[in-house]
Amino acid sequence: MPDPAAPTSPEQHRNAVPFWNDPDKRAIAFQALVLAGVGALGYYLFHNTLVNLDRQNIATGFGFLGKESAFEIGESLISYSAADTYAKALLVGVLNTLKVSFIGIVLTVVLGTVIGIARLSTNWLVSRLAGGYIELFQDIPVLLQLFFWYSIFYEFLPAPRNALNPMAGVFLCNRGLLFGVPVPHPAYKVAAAAFLAACVLVWVIRRWARRRQERTGQIFPTVRVGLALLVGLPVAGWAVAGAPTAMDLPRLQGFNFVGGLSLSPEFAALLMGLVLYTAAFVAEIVRAGIQSVSHGQTEAAMSLGLKPSQTLNLVILPQALRVIIPPLTSQMLNLTKNSSLAVAIGFPDFVAVTNTTINQTGQAIEGVALIMAVYLLFSLSTSAFMNWYNKKMALVER
Amino acid sequence: MRKIGMAVSALCVSLLLVCGMAFAGETLDAVRAKGFVQVGVNGSVFGFGAPDKSGVWRGLDVDTGRAIAAAVFGDASKIKFTPLTAVQRFTALQSGEIDVLCRNATRTLGRETKLGLNFVTVNYYDGQGFMVPKSLGVKSAKELDGATVCVLPGTTTEMNAADFFRTNGMKWKPVVIENTAELAKTFFAGRCDVLTSDASQLAGTRAVAPNPKDYVILPERISKEPLAPCVRHGDDQWRDIVDFSVLAMIAAEELGITSKNVDSLLKSKDPKVQRFLGVTPGNGAALGLDEKWAYNIIKQVGNYGEVFERNVGVNTPLGLERGLNALWTQGGLMYAPPFK
Repeated sequence: MPDPAAPTSPEQHRNAVPFWNDPDKRAIAFQALVLAGVGALGYYLFHNTLVNLDRQNIATGFGFLGKESAFEIGESLISYSAADTYAKALLVGVLNTLKVSFIGIVLTVVLGTVIGIARLSTNWLVSRLAGGYIELFQDIPVLLQLFFWYSIFYEFLPAPRNALNPMAGVFLCNRGLLFGVPVPHPAYKVAAAAFLAACVLVWVIRRWARRRQERTGQIFPTVRVGLALLVGLPVAGWAVAGAPTAMDLPRLQGFNFVGGLSLSPEFAALLMGLVLYTAAFVAEIVRAGIQSVSHGQTEAAMSLGLKPSQTLNLVILPQALRVIIPPLTSQMLNLTKNSSLAVAIGFPDFVAVTNTTINQTGQAIEGVALIMAVYLLFSLSTSAFMNWYNKKMALVER
Repeated sequence: MRKIGMAVSALCVSLLLVCGMAFAGETLDAVRAKGFVQVGVNGSVFGFGAPDKSGVWRGLDVDTGRAIAAAVFGDASKIKFTPLTAVQRFTALQSGEIDVLCRNATRTLGRETKLGLNFVTVNYYDGQGFMVPKSLGVKSAKELDGATVCVLPGTTTEMNAADFFRTNGMKWKPVVIENTAELAKTFFAGRCDVLTSDASQLAGTRAVAPNPKDYVILPERISKEPLAPCVRHGDDQWRDIVDFSVLAMIAAEELGITSKNVDSLLKSKDPKVQRFLGVTPGNGAALGLDEKWAYNIIKQVGNYGEVFERNVGVNTPLGLERGLNALWTQGGLMYAPPFK
């Protein structure tokens, strides 16, 4: 018989406690309760909305996506007309948002990095100019900046009939920037294929050069050779395939220009406003990142005999990037989300197209749900990519 | 455990009650309880719904709203205005943010059914037109091939324009800006060749142009736009009140009752006038209003003719003729059923 006074093992002790006094089991119970509560609330809101929509005879569901949209969209990356469906109209909007966000993010990162480095310049004038830029653009609401750039475009540029013609084939007027594009020809496909081939070749050369440098210490001029390949191969392909030079130039016909490509004032104003605004934040992030690398690293690199450009590229930037990337990601997301302000200046982005759709179909809940889903998708994929990049850039200790 | 469970279910039940209450109850009771009518208006269309230089709201739609306030409270000033864009307006009404929408909205089948709205009697018969700068030398809308057109989003306007250009096999480029004032500014600066909207709105926009004489409204009317106030589905009493507030102004013009002579007509021997002004009671009780409701509308706001001439008529900067909006006795479409 065991002695009742003998100390019990933890196992036995746990069995002796009733489950409602066991903190682990209690925690699970509470979490289940909270989850059930949230679920019930969600179900209630959903159900209540449906009942109310039904009571007011408002149609529900996504059936409207297959119907004819019957409205026109000002600019589109794919061919679209009022006879197409709502789904296609929304796709046009998604592509327009992607276009402005992607180009905007690339320009912002470039401009922000340049200004951030300029801010740290030892040249008094350069660093003060960069500082002034950052203060000015950071402190003015981005919507006001959009209105400002848009009004510059339509107030100060001339009408199409008196368009500025700075060089042959390029026109600038209040309808936008118009420029000639080459007439389609198989040679351009050859050139594009050559460019892709050059990209692969450069990647291979870079790997080979790094291996060789690690093995023998010899440095191969990868950058110069790479640039030569990237430019030379497509040009050679174009020349071999017949070197066509015919251009599709914009020309005035009736009210407007026809032919060529145009950059609308709405797009230009939106892109400029977003890039100039977000670049100010990116510049500060870059500056902070660079300053986070201790000055001793620079001195060490210089005493090893590295050139200033090598110091920046090989020593400082790899360490600074760890600090820069996470906040940079959130600025990219900001730019994407701010692009929805397009609705104020008439650029047909996803929100603008969805607004029109909501108003014609009356299905606000579905429309807003689509807006949320699309922006969520944009944001999640941007941050997934940046997280991957961040992991790649993280310090690898050898 | 049990206590927590009870608390959660109590929370759910109380949420149910609160949410349920927000949707129950007649609009009239809710309006009376808060002491004013919340009216959705345009906010930037001169002549229909916009504040004047001293901040007082003016316009045909604004006066329609005042008529409803006069009918409900006997005081046309018990009213608050919510300026709404074309995109916001129906959602604001559906969600209960406003009690009635008087914002040059076109009655259509889709809006009556899918949007869950009820339109009442038309307070302005309109049609969509095009405005261009005179300097373009355009005489007809059929000459607009290739034009850039400024248009408001989310209106029947956008669809009508698309239909018109499609039917006539013409190309065009829309510039869609949500705010009416911003859109007009863009057009006057020359970003677009054409501004399209309801002809009355074009006249209102032209009246505030830097040089009104430089713009011409093309003769074509590409659509029918019966503009009417609207309310939510499901409250027939409130719908009747809004409907008959509009109709009272039309009926008064037909009966020859104006804001000037309404007091003396209280002694009129005409049984139609007696019933209309509530001297013979019945109409007010039927609507759930004071018997003086129609008297209050005419006394404080005026009959339809007075309201029209004051806001958009030939002696205003808009300079609109009565046209379709004349009484049926004078060749127009304004017609009120008997008030009995």
